[in-house]
Amino acid sequence: MADNHATGRWQYLDHIRRNPGPFNQDSDVSEEALEALGQARILVIGAGGLGCEILKNLALSGFRNIHVIDMDTIDISNLNRQFLFRKDDVGKYKAEVAAAFVEKRVKGVQITPHNCRIQDYDEDFYMQFQIVVCGLDSIEARRWINATLVNMVDMENQDSLKPLIDGGTEGFKGQTRVIFPTLTPCIECQLDLYTPRAAVPLCTLATIPRQPEHCIEWAHIIAWDQEKPFPNLDKDDPEHITWLYQKASARAQEFGITGITYSLTQGVVKNIIPAIASTNAIIAASCCNEALKIATTAAPALGFEESYMMYSGDDGIYTSTFKYDKKPDCAVCGEVAKPLTVDPGMTLRELLDSFAVKPDLQLKKPSIRAEGKTLYMQFPPGIEEQTRPNLGKTLKADLGLDVGHEIAVTDPAFPTLTFRFILKLT
Amino acid sequence: MAEAVTFETPPVLCGPTEKEKKYDRQLRLWAASGQAALESANILLVNSGAGTVGIETLKNLVLPGIGNLVIADDAVVSEPDLGVNFFLDESCLGRSRSECCIRLLLELNPEVHGDWYPKNEEKLDLQHVFNSSGPFTLIIYTNPIRQEDLATIEAYAGQYQTPVVCVHSAGFYSYFRFSLHGTFPIVDTHPEVEKTTDLRLLQPWPELSAFAKEMVKEIDTLDDHEHGHLPYVVILLHFLEQWRQSHDGKSPTTPKEKREFGRLVLSGSRTNNPEGGEENFQEAIDAINKNIKQSELEPGLKEVFDHQVSSEVERQSSFWTIARAISLFYQKHGCLPLSGSLPDMKAQSSIYVKLQGLYKEKAREDAREVLDLVRESVGGEHIDPTEVDLFCKNARFVKLINAEPRGSDLGQIFDAQTADDEAAEAMKIETGGAFSLPLSNFFIHLALKATSHNPTATADEIMNTITQLIPQAASHERMGQIAQEVARARGGELHNISALTGGMVAQEVIKIITKQYVPIDDTCIFDGISSRCQRHLIGETPGVRFEDPGLATQELWGLGWTWTLGGYDDTT
Repeated sequence: MADNHATGRWQYLDHIRRNPGPFNQDSDVSEEALEALGQARILVIGAGGLGCEILKNLALSGFRNIHVIDMDTIDISNLNRQFLFRKDDVGKYKAEVAAAFVEKRVKGVQITPHNCRIQDYDEDFYMQFQIVVCGLDSIEARRWINATLVNMVDMENQDSLKPLIDGGTEGFKGQTRVIFPTLTPCIECQLDLYTPRAAVPLCTLATIPRQPEHCIEWAHIIAWDQEKPFPNLDKDDPEHITWLYQKASARAQEFGITGITYSLTQGVVKNIIPAIASTNAIIAASCCNEALKIATTAAPALGFEESYMMYSGDDGIYTSTFKYDKKPDCAVCGEVAKPLTVDPGMTLRELLDSFAVKPDLQLKKPSIRAEGKTLYMQFPPGIEEQTRPNLGKTLKADLGLDVGHEIAVTDPAFPTLTFRFILKLT
Repeated sequence: MAEAVTFETPPVLCGPTEKEKKYDRQLRLWAASGQAALESANILLVNSGAGTVGIETLKNLVLPGIGNLVIADDAVVSEPDLGVNFFLDESCLGRSRSECCIRLLLELNPEVHGDWYPKNEEKLDLQHVFNSSGPFTLIIYTNPIRQEDLATIEAYAGQYQTPVVCVHSAGFYSYFRFSLHGTFPIVDTHPEVEKTTDLRLLQPWPELSAFAKEMVKEIDTLDDHEHGHLPYVVILLHFLEQWRQSHDGKSPTTPKEKREFGRLVLSGSRTNNPEGGEENFQEAIDAINKNIKQSELEPGLKEVFDHQVSSEVERQSSFWTIARAISLFYQKHGCLPLSGSLPDMKAQSSIYVKLQGLYKEKAREDAREVLDLVRESVGGEHIDPTEVDLFCKNARFVKLINAEPRGSDLGQIFDAQTADDEAAEAMKIETGGAFSLPLSNFFIHLALKATSHNPTATADEIMNTITQLIPQAASHERMGQIAQEVARARGGELHNISALTGGMVAQEVIKIITKQYVPIDDTCIFDGISSRCQRHLIGETPGVRFEDPGLATQELWGLGWTWTLGGYDDTT
């Protein structure tokens, strides 16, 4: 038996799996434990730059039952890194093409594609997996799956706890995180690591542009709405981008500003983050290395002590792994309300706008209740209309909010969450 | 002052080409110049062993469009390859691994060309590869490697000054080490944008001073709109002038003086407006600490200025000619050539554009002066002015790789790393675990290195090899554990570790080929158990060699084979 494995396809992996090392002496190397890896169901979220790599890595790590979700279709700009796609695949579903490619290349692996949004599935779907690996470019999607997996944890049922491994990259930099929902700090606990980009004030765009970006944002936000050259702005339609580029160029020329290019226009409008194959390879492999360690106990994994690995390759190579603390007032995995300090003379609109840029909140469509009373609701339209007059009112004098009041904020992006605050006044 | 603001001709209004679309996400990092360098590169991989880490490296070079690839590998594809290497499939079993891998790699990008060796079941002859497919921009080889092949690579690399990277991945561990020949300067280092601002507030040139003076001539009678839109550069120059008048002509330098200066600036802000303050004055106060300070040379540039040009290669390089000119410029003016960029700040459009024009013009003037100095120096007459411009723009952050002296004695490095780990351990205990430093990865390098030509060595064999060179390693507990961990892999690669390492190696290769960003100097050691990399300066470690005369006659990689264990041959 041992000899079969020593000469077989998985011999390198077997060396590690059958022989505990000095750092995992107590690992279970029984046949049952070894078989478990092939039985485990693992979910990959995203079939893009990280996702393609993750699928390859998991297939060559001995996982045999893999699912992948992605709603996107293949674009030509994906081809410099999403190596499972070819030019002829442009326009097809990423999840489908990626799954078929890896299944064909690695014998014995089964990959089930799901061409849809993660939000299209409920807890029953996510409950079938043992591990979830994310290769996403959206903070909102990360927050959603994080909240879902934390919510699913039932202390009576050990199988309800799904380790979440999350990767992310930007240019030469990236990060890997391992989360054991409810036991270790979750993505929401660490939300303030992503500072939202400060928006350029509208008056700068409208009256005193100085940078090429200001002209592009003007074309994007102001000129487009005024002129409506096409019914809806499609940021992937070259004709639309060209229109914005020409508008921005004309405005730049009027103000003596230089530096507008098509590429910059596209970058600003789509908020493009540079992405390369090598960084994706590093981060995806780091995520899958953690997945393999968790699934097999072949070596200690990130998670309970250090849970976060950050990689930086701009200036030499630098990695740092650190321990992040769980926040007791985390809206997802915490128990208590957060203190919120506000100026009592602020209007409700100003308060709601501030939620979009607060690093630990980042909510685009907040609805708000205080002391059980609805102050503003985004939906349904009837209630929105009824509560809209409150937006112009000041918090203390008009709405009667005061120190110690409890505020509850919700947002349609995270339907299961309530962000609770205890009010403090400046 | 020249009023005319020159307009660049409006760009041609057309979209990107197919190729620009495909490479869009990377052109945003290394631009067309970096892409051109990649496309003209010719890379050789000398592959062996489990063979995945080299192929994963190449994958990350094919995708961004490297020019040409050559794989030299005499292995025949066997079952274990299919469990670790993605660029092989069932149909490859029994066939040449180099041929199969190059075919499946090239599929990823039709613009990339490639070749493989050996052909027609010949014996692999690296000299033949160099003769037929060279010259190479860079050579990657993976361990384990035959001693004679390594010698051929090193002879070629020495002769043509070709950068070489050695990569070794086994089990949860890996390392790679770059050997560059001579100093390797980088001009386009891409520092963080926030760091690059140089406003020259303490050494304003006459046109800038005149511009600022003109704007604040009647500062008190400006209407609120104009006052609230004075650029902070102008505000700071104005108040610096005022400060110096009451401080014996000296600018604020100490933190206390800067705080006082901040209060002086704040006192000039109007508060009787609807906003109850002025944003531009706040920007000015926020800019004090970063911008009101004597320019100090960054360590990288200082190293360049202090460097004694010694080799013929350096004497003929345009980099060192321009560096000398910039050093002369610095000695004369006490500052570096202006980069010419101006950060965004609250201001009216036309004022900002004029101010930006002043900075750009001054940068051009400084670059012209440097160019004149270049032209006066030997060999400087043929240097491309755009190279001088690029250097002037990036002068503050140029870096020199491969210039630091490196540890030549492994025993000394061993002792220093051991002492650091003991200190880290003591600190961890002292702080009750609250503060801990990562342990050294150097020991991983030693254990892997001991298997360079003998991948299936046992832990005892690994320790024997190490202790021949470093006797004190025998009683080092972690060294012993790491040797066991390396032995556990028996030379096998884990796909994840090789994919991760291949990503890092490709990233560094790209930095070296494009001469952009800062490549690692010189060794990176990765521990997949604790998920950490560490950089070490290890150098060539002269005299550290395995001698294994019988090696050349043996099959490089096969089942059940054993190599006679060599030892470190310390010839120094």
